[in-house]
Amino acid sequence: MQTKARTLPLSKRGMSFETFMWLFTRLSALAMYGFIFTGIVGALIMGAQNDMSFVEVMRWALMPNVGHVEHTNIPDLSPFATLFWRSVASLFFFTAIAHGVHGVVVILDDYFATENQRKWIRIINIALFVIITPIGLYVIWMG
Amino acid sequence: MSDRNVSLSAALKYKGQGPYLTYILHRIGGSMIAIFVTMHILGTFFEMIGWQIGDMITDIFISPPFQIIFMFGMLFHIINGMRITILDLFPQALIPYHKQAILIEWIIFILVYSFAVITTITTTIARMS
Repeated sequence: MQTKARTLPLSKRGMSFETFMWLFTRLSALAMYGFIFTGIVGALIMGAQNDMSFVEVMRWALMPNVGHVEHTNIPDLSPFATLFWRSVASLFFFTAIAHGVHGVVVILDDYFATENQRKWIRIINIALFVIITPIGLYVIWMG
Repeated sequence: MSDRNVSLSAALKYKGQGPYLTYILHRIGGSMIAIFVTMHILGTFFEMIGWQIGDMITDIFISPPFQIIFMFGMLFHIINGMRITILDLFPQALIPYHKQAILIEWIIFILVYSFAVITTITTTIARMS
């Protein structure tokens, strides 16, 4: 049996922070599919057909960091470590961590319902975001 | 604000069928990715600055059993997320077909995951020789 969609236009619903983050989660997911597609096409152009397996292309496409192609048969890694790929990796990483931090907060909110618990969930997650982001960028740019 | 009054055992017995299964697997997959990414970044960073714990973390992450388990959660999260995004961006046209969308999603997931598992095993064997 098919059910009728129940939708309310944004003009009637209003743009609260939660609505904004709901939209951000979906749009950031779309952006990440774009990054994955860019990684796959890039790997194929740079010799993946002959020197990388499917799972190795997947690993590279999910985070185009040169460390992810170190153990493949690619003879020269320099095309994988260009300014372009480090920039793509940085943008991908930043999108993913923003998407992920919000996702973790949404999940934890379902299991910790008091105001104090939710405050600490946010403090811990934002602190992790602030600590992990520069370390991740260091790994991408110095690796 | 009240405490959540549904126990975990009651939640696991909830008969939400297909849509609930995708909902809970999406959350499990997302949590796996969040923990893995955090540990992987820290592990690689520790390796770069010469701390031995970094090598230990990386050894776990490059082991095929870990990769096969992790890829289940990660690929499911990616493919299920694509279904959610497409349906939510065109709700009036597509949400009536959400059950068909879940069926298509499972077919895509099984194909991609099977291929990923097979190539993980064959690549590991090939790289050893």
